[in-house]
Amino acid sequence: MALNTIDKTAKQIVMTVQDYSLFAHRAVMNAFRPPRYWVDFLMQSDIIGVGSTSIVLLSGFFTGGVLALQSASTLSAFGASNLTGRFVGLTMIRELGPVLTGVMVSGRNASSMASELGSMVVTEQIDAMRALGVDPMRKLVTPRLFACVIMLLFLTILADFFGILGGGFVTIFMNHQDGFQYMSTAWDSLRYPDIVQGLVKPLVSGFIIASIGCFYGMRTSGGTEGVGRSTIQAVVFSSVLIIVADFLLTQILLSFFAGL
Amino acid sequence: MSSIANAQGDSPQPNPSVSSRAVSGNQPPATLDAAPIVEFRNVSLAFDGPPVLQDVSFTVAPTETRILLGPAGVGKSVLLKLTNGLLRPDQGSIRLFGQEIAHMHEQELFPLRTRIGFVFQEGALFDSLSVRDNVAYQLIQERVPDDVIDTRVHEALHFVELDQTFSLFPGSLSGGMRRRVAIARALIRQPELVLYDSPTGGLDPVTSTTIIELVMKERDVYHTPSILVTHRLQDAFTLCTHRFDPDLGHMVERPKGQNDPNTTFLMLDEGRLIFDGSIHDLVHTDNKFVREFLL
Repeated sequence: MALNTIDKTAKQIVMTVQDYSLFAHRAVMNAFRPPRYWVDFLMQSDIIGVGSTSIVLLSGFFTGGVLALQSASTLSAFGASNLTGRFVGLTMIRELGPVLTGVMVSGRNASSMASELGSMVVTEQIDAMRALGVDPMRKLVTPRLFACVIMLLFLTILADFFGILGGGFVTIFMNHQDGFQYMSTAWDSLRYPDIVQGLVKPLVSGFIIASIGCFYGMRTSGGTEGVGRSTIQAVVFSSVLIIVADFLLTQILLSFFAGL
Repeated sequence: MSSIANAQGDSPQPNPSVSSRAVSGNQPPATLDAAPIVEFRNVSLAFDGPPVLQDVSFTVAPTETRILLGPAGVGKSVLLKLTNGLLRPDQGSIRLFGQEIAHMHEQELFPLRTRIGFVFQEGALFDSLSVRDNVAYQLIQERVPDDVIDTRVHEALHFVELDQTFSLFPGSLSGGMRRRVAIARALIRQPELVLYDSPTGGLDPVTSTTIIELVMKERDVYHTPSILVTHRLQDAFTLCTHRFDPDLGHMVERPKGQNDPNTTFLMLDEGRLIFDGSIHDLVHTDNKFVREFLL
């Protein structure tokens, strides 16, 4: 009995991964064939990008501030309190900026994509769209995917900037250290590989958020309860995948740049 | 929708992007011997469990209205979704406008679907769009100019007698109004086949009669072939025993014994087609299930 359950679950997981791969492949390939829905792309860019700006700025600013607070006492024990800027800058740009932005945007947008598309599925609006001769993958999924990838890149840059700003605020007004020194060490310590790391990760996170959100939304079944289930699955899987992808990307990019 | 306006006495609005169809209610209907618009041959379908449809075969001729009867859960809506390729059969052949669609790629199906009007059970209106944008959905995708869209939406809404809802959102409409907007959306592009999925389900008798009158109007004025799913016998019989009078602007009863020859019945039970024939055959059948259903 237990073996049967394991067998069934394993098959289900493999099927889900297969379905997701085909879904993501179709969503990407649609961009290279007409019709393209530019208006929907711009609308989604506004919803995802502009709509998420406030939460990303706030989380970035206060994360930078917390980093400065936490690091100041530790660094001063080694007589290295002048390295606070370097610590905050590198941590925000290489790790916390991309990951935090990804998780915040995932919480806001993967859930909204899953619930919006899920509601459309259970009320037959997706079938109605197909019956009217419009491909829901092209009209609903592809614009969300590309809007999310592009917007997450810009949101991450904003989060990085406001994180460093938050760290500077704490350094100057709470730790009473030199602000100029903070900014100059943050800037001087930045290297090309750090920036590449920080900009590659949001592209992957954006893809994960939109593809997982739309995937679970489009395969919703079981009425309003199913919509809730899809929303939870979308947020959980996209958040976990962002962190897993971050780990793998860090490993790959560190190895790549170590060889240069 | 120019043809609809014509029936209402308005001037026709020609549009090059839309195919023409029979306009006048006086045109003779095509014979039922012509090549079928829809043809099911031994179609079977199962999901995760017992078969939903088993070995179903029937045809829909040009100008024919097929009323699909059966209790809830016997596969009526599934059959309708198979007809325009929203679902695929496990076995059998489905021909639509002479083309085999059972294994057709989704991308190839989209142009075919634009020739079909589909009225969903609960309307399936896009709740984030206004009535205008819902009704004009196909035209907007085809980038028809805004002024042409507005004219045709007004005509479509006039056809379903909901002119005042142009700027409203579906959330502010009653159940009956939503169905009528869904009918306007299905008919705006002058379809060559209309599929009605329980258009009167859950509605009060007065609103149901209004909806059935619209179905009858489309049938008798434009001779559009259709499949209508229902479990309300009253609606089915009204479609047979009445006709739409374009001069009077409402339906009138046919003389006794002169039922509509182009309106015929199908009945499903547990996924099997157990009846296919006229109203006369239906009321005189020996089939025990059909007789129980009629009672």
